[in-house]
Amino acid sequence: MPIDKAMNVLIVDDYKTMLRIIRNLLKQIDFNNVEEAADGTEALQKLRAGNFGLVISDWNMAPMTGLQLLQEVRADNRLKAMPFIMITAESKTENVIAAKAAGVSNYIVKPFNAETLKEKIEKVLAHV
Amino acid sequence: MFDAKNDKPLGGVQALKRKLTEIRDRQPDTEPATITEVVRAVLTTISDELTAKESSLLREVEELGRMIASTKSEIAALRVDDITDRDIPFATDELDAIVEHTAHATNAILESCELLDEVAATVSGEAAAKLQAATTKIYEACGFQDITGQRITKVVGTLKTIEAKVAHIVSAFGTAGAGVRAVPVHVASDADLLNGPQLPAHAMDQSDIDRLLADF
Repeated sequence: MPIDKAMNVLIVDDYKTMLRIIRNLLKQIDFNNVEEAADGTEALQKLRAGNFGLVISDWNMAPMTGLQLLQEVRADNRLKAMPFIMITAESKTENVIAAKAAGVSNYIVKPFNAETLKEKIEKVLAHV
Repeated sequence: MFDAKNDKPLGGVQALKRKLTEIRDRQPDTEPATITEVVRAVLTTISDELTAKESSLLREVEELGRMIASTKSEIAALRVDDITDRDIPFATDELDAIVEHTAHATNAILESCELLDEVAATVSGEAAAKLQAATTKIYEACGFQDITGQRITKVVGTLKTIEAKVAHIVSAFGTAGAGVRAVPVHVASDADLLNGPQLPAHAMDQSDIDRLLADF
């Protein structure tokens, strides 16, 4: 089944530079409907108010971290099936295990390249 | 022992001299050698009352006292107030400035890159592909700003921990660091999982993570 690249994608990171990089990389692979949030709290508000097909989130943010956002998403009846990719510098085994246990769809470690981002998005959306 | 005129304590040697003078005034015939003999006998008695273990303990206590006094002097010489009030804040400000400057420079690079992407959209074929490949690489490379920012944040956290520990040590000795307060370290709820970027030798790469995820 072809991927719907017109879907709304929410990218979450407290570094504006990182949001800008991810937005541009998504644009290069034809995802043009991208919204941004600076932390988990803002992201959760946008997810509850909007209609998104994918979340790409950093982990280390305040006041709500990416892991807490993921837990909130999975606990929300309307959002619980939302594809959720974590992009983070947290690369310890316990981080990946915690994210997987919380229901992450895929996990990308920083620094990452465009090919990895494209591959993980395609893999996650193929299972939707 | 007190000075009869001023009712103030006398120094040890001065008091002893005063006492010896009093004895000599009362007993002018007393030979100095006799007094010396008596004093020596008293000291020997005191010394004989201490066991070898107690004497050893006494020496160790005296040595500890000297070490504490020496450490206090060394801490005073460190000028801890300078470290906590000036040096560490200066270092953290400098590091914050690095983050700010790299963010500024990265945004300028990204702006130019976005312009190149716009140009790429107006051409076709090999030229368009080459332009996009180049801008993709620039976007990927600009991720350094996020990574270095997180590393610097870790260093700032470490400096603040050192500051708090230095203040704690000084306060424990009760000297030199008067006015130095321990800085409370902020602990996030999932702080044990927030380690930030790892050095390459300690990090899992993407293939390690893919393997780990596949194990579930």
